[in-house]
Amino acid sequence: MLLVKNGRVLDPASKTDAAMDVLLDGETIREVAPAGKIAAPQNVEIFDATRLIVAPGFIDIHAHLREPGQESSETIESGTQAAARGGFTAVCCMPNTKPVNDNASVTRFIVDRAKAHGSVRVWPIGAASVGSKGEAIAEIAAMKDAGVVAVSDDGKPIATAKLARQVMEYCRSLNLSVIEHAEDVSLAAGAVMREGVTSTRLGLRGMPAAAESVCVARDVQLAELTGARLHVAHLSAKASLEQVRSAKSKRLHVTCEVTPHHFTLIDEDVTYDSRFKMNPPLAAREDREALLAGLADGTVDAIATDHAPHEPALKDVEFDKAPFGILGFETALSLALEQLVDTGRISLMRMVELFTAGPARVLGMERRIGAGQPADLTIFSLDHSWTYKVKESASKSRNSPFDGRTFKGAPLATIVAGKIVYKH
Amino acid sequence: MTQRFRDLLALEPLPADELTFLLDQSKPFQEIQRHPLKKLATLRGKTVALAFFENSTRTRISFGTAASRLGADTMNLQAEASSLKKGESLLDTVHTLDAMKPDCLVMRHASSGAADFVAQHLDIPVINAGDGTHEHPSQGLLDALTIRDRLGTIENLNVTILGDLQHSRVARSNIHLLGKFGCKFTLCGPAMWVPRELEKIGAPGVPIRRVFRIEEALEGADVVLVLRVQTERQYEPSISAEDYVLGYQLDAARLRRAKPGAIILHPGPMNRGIEITPEVADGRQSCVLEQVTNGVAVRMALLFLLTSGTTEDGTHPLAEATPTKNRRSTDQKDPSHASR
Repeated sequence: MLLVKNGRVLDPASKTDAAMDVLLDGETIREVAPAGKIAAPQNVEIFDATRLIVAPGFIDIHAHLREPGQESSETIESGTQAAARGGFTAVCCMPNTKPVNDNASVTRFIVDRAKAHGSVRVWPIGAASVGSKGEAIAEIAAMKDAGVVAVSDDGKPIATAKLARQVMEYCRSLNLSVIEHAEDVSLAAGAVMREGVTSTRLGLRGMPAAAESVCVARDVQLAELTGARLHVAHLSAKASLEQVRSAKSKRLHVTCEVTPHHFTLIDEDVTYDSRFKMNPPLAAREDREALLAGLADGTVDAIATDHAPHEPALKDVEFDKAPFGILGFETALSLALEQLVDTGRISLMRMVELFTAGPARVLGMERRIGAGQPADLTIFSLDHSWTYKVKESASKSRNSPFDGRTFKGAPLATIVAGKIVYKH
Repeated sequence: MTQRFRDLLALEPLPADELTFLLDQSKPFQEIQRHPLKKLATLRGKTVALAFFENSTRTRISFGTAASRLGADTMNLQAEASSLKKGESLLDTVHTLDAMKPDCLVMRHASSGAADFVAQHLDIPVINAGDGTHEHPSQGLLDALTIRDRLGTIENLNVTILGDLQHSRVARSNIHLLGKFGCKFTLCGPAMWVPRELEKIGAPGVPIRRVFRIEEALEGADVVLVLRVQTERQYEPSISAEDYVLGYQLDAARLRRAKPGAIILHPGPMNRGIEITPEVADGRQSCVLEQVTNGVAVRMALLFLLTSGTTEDGTHPLAEATPTKNRRSTDQKDPSHASR
């Protein structure tokens, strides 16, 4: 048993913000009570959380663990270690592995590898179409039995409106969310960053914001047609956010996530350094402002990292030849504190919600600190000062634009199923 | 000479006085182009690596000629023959070249920022000979030199640029150079080739406007820069050559809208009959061949400035040739004497 003592428990689901002790018994939470009120059983392990925040276990609903197939960039073992350091107790891994997770045997492989080598829970996301090629529907029901928590053709959108509609109908019947990488591929063809003055100056091909929002418009209308649960991945454009906001006002089952890099950086930060290349690309200043507003007003449901490791040999090339994506696990919480909480944009409670109850809701789950709940906790400090050194990352890759950045606030312990999987 | 000329990657970051300095440095090398014996010993013993990852004829020959007239040896890498075709990364390729100990790398590459990227990994000076749709700094310099020779100044001119502005590194380098001397720019071409963001790529306050009628665009122009037009594109729908000619071809009648003494530049190679009529291309206002000659002079100046960084005894060969107090002086000694 493990007793987490004297922490400030922040639990958005029960709106708790108080000095509490949490007693973990095996894989579940046994008791939650005001500090000092739990009679510690004999031989209990004590974790002193004085001056620390004790939150429900963070969930990252958007990550790439690269296994199977691209183990030189990341493995389930290395990726989940990085996730644990970032305070995440569960990560959803996208299906664009090699082979694509479009059938139950790949799903089972991932689930089994995660059980054997994972530091945190791994919840696979299955492909929507076979090979994510946008032709036939993948074996979604079989993957659900094997453990997928949602479907997506992430890396690209579901290729056609017709197929997207079919997948939504099917997933609604299976009670699964459809996660869309919203992108009109013709508008984005050849683009390596957001279109704007910076892309024009640098001579880098840009995609307009409409490359995303045109596809969001399609998908929101199909969600209305089908009644499906649609979740917009890594939303970056103001126009996309407005459509999600309007869908929510119509009580459609539409949710969205925003990444730390999109609420921190903008297209003007882009240089010829491929660590600034991701998809969707860093957006315009006004898009970032809109995302900050959406994070504050509840339009955004979750912060998701889109952790996308690429080994140095792949990323250390000409900007337009580099693959899209950056690391995300280890800097997510610190960036959220720096950009959202310390600036007064959102409350600490709201931030915790965006990492816990919010993403859980997207997946049709709940996440809270209470007796009988899974013993997953994220314990973090608001004032621990540290510098991110990507060469010391647990990830196998090094592609972070935040290398060398100094932060105030960090995850100090990650507890999964009653076990401390990371402790600073 | 200062540290800031370690590489020449773009004209955008260079202030006006440094640009003037580079143009002034090209003067003596223009003289040499007129000599019956053009070969100097200035860079004897130095090696210039010419790495053209994108096909190019004139720029490669121009840099090669510049190097040889300075007495330098050259190493040549051409896209077709290169190991890039065998899957070698750009970094591995340039590290391999670098290991053969050239004193300078001149590179052309289809990716914007490629020269910048390489310069971060090499200790030798890197000269960008054109990177994607970003910049072509030596072209910008040779264009400015040509304008200054013909019109006597590069200040406060009306510069009209015709064609595919979006994909033009030549246009960008010209805007970044001439914009620092008070020039005003009028960009004209099919609207989808002239994105509105171009109006803001100059330094703050540089007037850049888009105009979609060629007659209006040419009104009062001192300089008309005609870009090479490619009607086939990888990522965009093509447009018909007939439409282009109808709307944007520079012909004699349209040219009369410009100032009487206006000059015409074209970076080449020209599509006669598409973006420019033969009559205009060969007319007295056209500077296209002077541009080519000046290209060699500018590139000699660049190679000289960047490659002769230190002499064997550690002193700079320009130490006496260039008074440090007044680097902008044009009457300095012919730098070709420096190592004679």
